[in-house]
Amino acid sequence: MTEARQEVSLGMPQLPAPAYPAEVRARLEADAKEVIARYPDSRSALLPLLHLVQSEEGYVSRTGMAFCAELLGLTTAEVTAVATFYTMYRRRAGGDYQVGVCTNTLCAVMGGDAIFDRLKEHLGVGNDETTEDGKITLEHIECNAACDFAPVVMVNWEFFDNQTPESATRLVDDLIAGRTVEPTRGAPLCSYKETARILAGFPDERPGAVEASGGAGPASLIGLRLAKGEEPHPRVVAPRGERPHAEEGK
Amino acid sequence: MTLTTEINDNGGGNGDSPEKLLAPVLSAFWDQPESWTLETYRRHEGYEGLRKALAMTPDDLIAYVKDSGLRGRGGAGFPTGMKWQFIPQGDGKPHYLVVNADESEPGTCKDIPLLFANPHSLIEGIVIACYAIRSSHAFIYLRGEVVPVLRRLHEAVREAYEAGYLGTNILGSGLDLELTVHAGAGAYICGEETALLDSLEGRRGQPRLRPPFPAVAGLYACPTVVNNVESIASVPAILNRGKDWFKSMGSEKSPGFTLYSLSGHVAGPGQYEAPLGITLRQLLDMSGGMRPGHRLKFWTPGGSSTPMFTDEHLDVPLDYEGVGAAGSMLGTKALQCFDETTCVVRAVTRWTEFYAHESCGKCTPCREGTYWLVQLLRDIEAGKGQMADLDKLNDIADNINGKSFCALGDGAASPIFSSLKYFREEYEQHITGKGCPFDPARSTAWADDKNAHQGVNA
Repeated sequence: MTEARQEVSLGMPQLPAPAYPAEVRARLEADAKEVIARYPDSRSALLPLLHLVQSEEGYVSRTGMAFCAELLGLTTAEVTAVATFYTMYRRRAGGDYQVGVCTNTLCAVMGGDAIFDRLKEHLGVGNDETTEDGKITLEHIECNAACDFAPVVMVNWEFFDNQTPESATRLVDDLIAGRTVEPTRGAPLCSYKETARILAGFPDERPGAVEASGGAGPASLIGLRLAKGEEPHPRVVAPRGERPHAEEGK
Repeated sequence: MTLTTEINDNGGGNGDSPEKLLAPVLSAFWDQPESWTLETYRRHEGYEGLRKALAMTPDDLIAYVKDSGLRGRGGAGFPTGMKWQFIPQGDGKPHYLVVNADESEPGTCKDIPLLFANPHSLIEGIVIACYAIRSSHAFIYLRGEVVPVLRRLHEAVREAYEAGYLGTNILGSGLDLELTVHAGAGAYICGEETALLDSLEGRRGQPRLRPPFPAVAGLYACPTVVNNVESIASVPAILNRGKDWFKSMGSEKSPGFTLYSLSGHVAGPGQYEAPLGITLRQLLDMSGGMRPGHRLKFWTPGGSSTPMFTDEHLDVPLDYEGVGAAGSMLGTKALQCFDETTCVVRAVTRWTEFYAHESCGKCTPCREGTYWLVQLLRDIEAGKGQMADLDKLNDIADNINGKSFCALGDGAASPIFSSLKYFREEYEQHITGKGCPFDPARSTAWADDKNAHQGVNA
């Protein structure tokens, strides 16, 4: 309702954010109270609560921020200051799947730049832009602590290790086609909103989610195997040319 | 000398065999089925260290960990036991333990695989540490971008509560402990311990002025220990197997075992757990060296914030003193190895863009300095630089280094100083040649694959 207004900026303060519908509000409030109870000081719950409101709308809206402020006894300015500091909070609606290509130095050099360029071209979007069908938001991300699996792509913060431009292209095609996609390390993908709920501190209740993809990845085990005399001369850690997951219908 | 791939398959005989050089402790059972479960952990002497710890008085326990010589594995190398000892006792205030699991330093990838495969080692270490410092509430501040690890931490904490390792009257000791897993929201700066505390208090993650140190006024202005994941996870094994066993590894000042993370243009990227003091040459020898047909050009001993090394430094002992004496820092033991196909200007530009992006903006030298470094570096990389820019880079880095509020600024200066020291000619080439002489396609992981990359699998 305020969208038309935002077209013209007169330096006027925005109207207060609309409230959540009563049903949503009741549900979120119960969750929020559970989060707040985990901390000796309620304000510590702010980061998880921002994840929680993101799990409702897919981004941190003004309504979400006002909700956090109210529950924690903060001003909306205080909440906005925090929400705008951290990169994981979206400021506007995005896709169901956030595809993040690591382009920090090591991944970039190992091929992350090439993967990111290919995906931009393939999807027809730039950095931090969403495909028209609302499926994918593409962005480049910073080092995600998986350098021994470089180049790395994250989808909704699950690991897709040892990627190539071809494997990453197939990955996004699968996402767009609605095919099941399984990460190299992590659980079968859930939506961006569902991921945000886990980040708010609510465990993933899906059967098999914790066990999915098994134990340590191959690179994590390389030293252990050498120490046990199992693999005197390791070479390539994962088949780079192949999909880490099944080639469904390809 | 240069390191090529014609490395002896046998690794050079007995003394140099991987079995002798490596020492898997934290990673010892990562290859077991369901390694992350409490059941698997218990089968591998899990929570035995805790029983031994609870049989001691808290003060004796602190002294024991101090005597073991364990030093922080998050970068600074501060003695862990001493950090615990700084917590004032009998002050009537709550004490807190906050585990720094915000692993974000470029190149660093040890805590995330550790928590994915063996989260209970951290939880056991937390219980031990909290008993020592008399804390009844601990926090794990995990970076948010690693949901698979968050899932396993949630589950491990649930299991630990259920089994009585967390909660009230733990193992009948009278110790009560709550453990909260807290997911961050994307900010490298929150790995800095005081910024982490501000973030955990629900604020923008900006570092605090010290003193007061967290040991005196940390979380909620109460005495707080902030330790790295690997430091705390190492404690149970020290208790269980003894400080003398721990000290039998590594050197006098850098005792024990640690995770080395090998990445980049190497034949065998991955985690290698070894006594402190192993060299990159030994690690490469046992793991197949650099990728075939290439040689090492530059590498970081402990993430991008530690000054880079070259092939001259292959024999530097990778412990706190050894790396320090060679002009860098052990840091997080993130050994990012780049071969001769890599443009050092490109690498440093990208790291600098990272620091500029992650600078919290609180202090001027870092906020402004990283911005200007990026402008200069982008110009140089694009062939639009001038010779005077090189001194300007050094000058700006010098105005950041040691003059910023926290170590992020020092970290940003490290790649600038060290790359200009070892590769000034390469910068000059970009300027005189008006462009980058390297082909980025040759650096990719698939550059030398003969069959791949032709769309065979498409």
